[in-house]
Amino acid sequence: MQLLILTIVLLALTGIGFSTGRRRALAVVEGNPRLLHSLPNHHGYLVALWCGIPALLVVVGWLAFEPSLLHALVISALPPELTEMSDERLSLVYNEVRNVALNGQTAGSDAVAEAARHYLSLRQTLFGATAVVALVLAVAGLAWARARINRDLRARNRVEQIVTIFLVMASTVAIFTTIGIVLSLLFESLRFFHFVPVTEFLFGTAWSPQMAIRADQVGSSGAFGAVPLFAGTMLIAGIALLVAVPLGLLSAIYMSEYALPRFRSVVKPMLEILAGIPTVVYGFFAALTVAPFIRDLGTSLGLTVASESALAAGLVMGIMIIPFVSSLSDDVISAVPQSLREGAYGLGATKSETIKQVVIPAALPGIVGGVLLAASRAIGETMIVVMAAGLAANLTANPLEAVTTVTTQIVTLLVGDQEFDSPKTLAAFALGLALFTITLALNAVALHIVNKYREKYD
Amino acid sequence: MNSPVTVHLPLGTAKVAARSLSVHYGEKHALQSVDLEIRAGEVTALIGPSGCGKSTFLRCINRMNDMVDGARVSGSLTLDGSDIYDRSLDVVQLRARVGMVFQKPNPFPKSIYDNIAYGPRIHGLARNQDELDEIVMTSLERAGLLAEVKDRLTESGTGLSGGQQQRLCIARAIAVGPEVILMDEPCSALDPIATAKVEELIDDLRDNYTIVIVTHSMQQAARVSQRTAFFHLGKLIEVGDTEQIFTNPQQPLTQGYITGRFG
Amino acid sequence: MTETTQMARLGAVRPTAEIVAARLKRRHNAERRFRAVGLGAVLLALGFLGVLLFTIVGNGITAFVQTSIRVDVTFDPAQLGIEGDTSADALAAANYQAIIKQALYRTFPEAKTRGEQRQLGAMVSSGADIELRKMLIADPALLGQTRSVWLLADDDIDMAVKGHIPRQPGIAGNRLSDNEIRWLDELESRGAVKTRFNTLLWTSGDSREPELAGLWGAVVGSIYSLIITLLVSFPLGVATSVYLEEFAPKNRWTDLIEVNINNLAAVPSVVFGLLGLAVFLNIFGMPRSAPLVGGLVLALICLPTIIIAARAAMKAVPPSIREAAAGLGASKLQVVTDHVLPLSMPGILTGTILGMAHALGETAPLLMIGMVAFIVDIPATPLDPSAVLPVQVYLWADSPERAFVERTSAAIMVLLLFLALMNLSAILLRKKFERRW
Repeated sequence: MQLLILTIVLLALTGIGFSTGRRRALAVVEGNPRLLHSLPNHHGYLVALWCGIPALLVVVGWLAFEPSLLHALVISALPPELTEMSDERLSLVYNEVRNVALNGQTAGSDAVAEAARHYLSLRQTLFGATAVVALVLAVAGLAWARARINRDLRARNRVEQIVTIFLVMASTVAIFTTIGIVLSLLFESLRFFHFVPVTEFLFGTAWSPQMAIRADQVGSSGAFGAVPLFAGTMLIAGIALLVAVPLGLLSAIYMSEYALPRFRSVVKPMLEILAGIPTVVYGFFAALTVAPFIRDLGTSLGLTVASESALAAGLVMGIMIIPFVSSLSDDVISAVPQSLREGAYGLGATKSETIKQVVIPAALPGIVGGVLLAASRAIGETMIVVMAAGLAANLTANPLEAVTTVTTQIVTLLVGDQEFDSPKTLAAFALGLALFTITLALNAVALHIVNKYREKYD
Repeated sequence: MNSPVTVHLPLGTAKVAARSLSVHYGEKHALQSVDLEIRAGEVTALIGPSGCGKSTFLRCINRMNDMVDGARVSGSLTLDGSDIYDRSLDVVQLRARVGMVFQKPNPFPKSIYDNIAYGPRIHGLARNQDELDEIVMTSLERAGLLAEVKDRLTESGTGLSGGQQQRLCIARAIAVGPEVILMDEPCSALDPIATAKVEELIDDLRDNYTIVIVTHSMQQAARVSQRTAFFHLGKLIEVGDTEQIFTNPQQPLTQGYITGRFG
Repeated sequence: MTETTQMARLGAVRPTAEIVAARLKRRHNAERRFRAVGLGAVLLALGFLGVLLFTIVGNGITAFVQTSIRVDVTFDPAQLGIEGDTSADALAAANYQAIIKQALYRTFPEAKTRGEQRQLGAMVSSGADIELRKMLIADPALLGQTRSVWLLADDDIDMAVKGHIPRQPGIAGNRLSDNEIRWLDELESRGAVKTRFNTLLWTSGDSREPELAGLWGAVVGSIYSLIITLLVSFPLGVATSVYLEEFAPKNRWTDLIEVNINNLAAVPSVVFGLLGLAVFLNIFGMPRSAPLVGGLVLALICLPTIIIAARAAMKAVPPSIREAAAGLGASKLQVVTDHVLPLSMPGILTGTILGMAHALGETAPLLMIGMVAFIVDIPATPLDPSAVLPVQVYLWADSPERAFVERTSAAIMVLLLFLALMNLSAILLRKKFERRW
């Protein structure tokens, strides 16, 4: 609330900055804007920017560092009997302090109640200081920028410089996101590999991440061999591709080479609906309808089928990526030059002969690239497998049994109560790192193939 | 060996005959009531400024216009007396009899051998591998390409030079054993030396095939054809022996075009 | 090969046309088969879509109505436990469960044993008292009087009335006791059972009781998240696109940015969830389960979509327009803000809406940042713990009660409706402002 008021005040000051700047600029030249180097509006913008940007930066900085600063200050002020505890207990205490201070929970001890009061007063002081600094900066920026206005000031150029800096910064967000992903995955994975050797993680065949909460509990050592997860992921993704590639490719061929325009204009958007349905819906469909159907079908054929069979999850995932495969295939098929088709037709080839023997072979690299992209999509898909695949890490190639996947385990390990330093939680990041690496590699290879293919026919 | 073969037809009979042939592309009247006979065993050149309908006419003969959305054909067009646009006629069969070579060389991204063998394979022209080999060799030889490529038949057809690619496409058309070969500006993407080779080849092929060639180069028409037809704005203006058309045109439009006043 | 040998062979040879003709039928059959296979693939894919939608609608459509039971309730001060004290606080704290039970016992006096009475009491939802509380607080004069009231039925009764579970004793799937079935039949014959529009679904948050569980909390959470996503990703996406399309020099740094954006578009969304957990929650200490964090993570996910769409739209603006503006003395930025951006805005907005639709359906990364908690309250600000629509679907899908299957399907229908509206507006926008240069 306070923050909202502060922001509104700052924005209002910025608005005032704009109009003062404008008026000042006009006043300098006695109302004749032709004498100015830049338009009055540009002078307004410049003053507004000088007023708003430094102040808002201070506020953002406060937002970013408030939690860690408060944490450090409150902890250092705690009585010694509390601070001497282990880090985990300390973080529990700190959580309690925050809950007492912010959510009105009753304190368990006087020390905590005292710390909560300290927390609140510190927070208030910090916010007050931030607000004062921000307001002073805003007013000072306004006054300074306004004072600098004269007829030769290159306000437009200055404004454009600032905007360009903003554009450059915006474009680096993508890079920082990647760096953030890589660093956070790598950092937590390294901590995980502190507990579990890399070789065991990559080549171990047993997965049971039931780590004990406390070291003295029974059964405190879990097994972290990820091979069954990789195998399960491959199995389900493989089934998905077996469904999606033929169906997607054939639909793309039919839609682009055979279908009448009216059929295409109706059916194509309908197929694209498949791509727009959220994955959680597919997961529900797989768990509610497809898995029981396959189990009953198998039972009637005398087969034992797990109720969370890999087949069900793979089948539904395959349906989900049909439009993905078909739109990629459509792209590469239509990139095959018309002259090749004409060459075949001119020799008396039928349509299907032309497609099978000329168009598809010519489009093959592109199709392979598309299949790799689809594979990467299938490997990274999460909700379907979370809802329809099992949790038991079976190492099997039988699609009728339940298997688990990398993404399922990431979700399972991180959902629910967790403390941050246990191997169980960290294992999720190691799995995430593996997933990120595999999908990135697949994408790089696929894009390389597709781009090469495109160049060939450009 | 059963191909490539063409029975020598007596010179001068009409292989392809158009009677008031019209083509519309949607609203556009691309070809207006054309009457034209293509004689067997001759090279007929179709000339005229771009957009005059000469390519449209050519693509009617093996019904390549079928693939253009909204194209409508009226009037009659016959091959050996039977209607090309008859409902019962099979396009696949027609195109096996009327081969085509396109403006830009379009070899398939396959080996040289497979490029030539493609037509015979889909039509089942060879009973065994030996026959297929023979068809490929003969076709390459007739297209004058054998000497240049016989050591690299397994290499990709797209790796050849432009002129070689176009002769490969001609060999590919010959391999099916067509009676008529349509050529749509076959040299427009080639350099002068390659063009000369292709023109030489066209002249050689004249004995065995009826050839119709669209060209925008009047010199080329004069060099390779026996008869020339001049189109303008979708109409056939004049047709006659090449020599006569270039030395003594009957129509002022023809006169204007060949003397370079427009085009 | 000489001319004579070739001619000599010709006699033994059938002409091409004849050979071709002999195989035509087979080839045309193959053609038809191939075409049929293609059509079959399209129809199969459409069939999957049909089955999916049919299952969802078939399971979910009944969730928009809810079963109620009519009983004559006596607002007996003694049962309510508020002798004499009719202050609002006392009325709010009164024991409404007791008068509901009494009313039921009076309706079916044959229920004598404790067990029977417990079964009878369980026919009405444990949340039915809320209604009575509202009635009495609105009109304290009701105290001591008897009113005929429609009470919310328990979820098993609701399922049986709607026909989702069988109500014959001994049949697999039946969840009602023989007594309950008899009472229900009798209530129905008296006209004391009806289904009416399910307002709770639209107004309340999550609940452990299916008949009380609503979507409003999730809808509000989704709206907050999407607003944050839009506020972050739209300016960033447009700024990045403007920089890359109009300002960036062609150098390694620019290439690096482009490669990065393309890679981010392909990173599995669950990895973004891990990023959110490690950076937003653990480093910056932002609150768990909050739409603020969810919105930030979703913003990163749909940033590449917006950038790619925006750049395509800007690329489509012909250079001649930029040259014309520059020729009049406009600065580079003025060219962009006065010409390129307005002309490409429909394309940018279309891409943004599609990105938002994608974000609305995204689930996995939100599980990572703790948006799976069981939250009853409707979030008041983007900092409060909240669910979002797809996560609500996930949570309900995980619940064993049959009635939650119905709720899940209904939640999916609502989610799909929002997605359809967003996509439709994107299509209309594109149609309306599409410009061919």
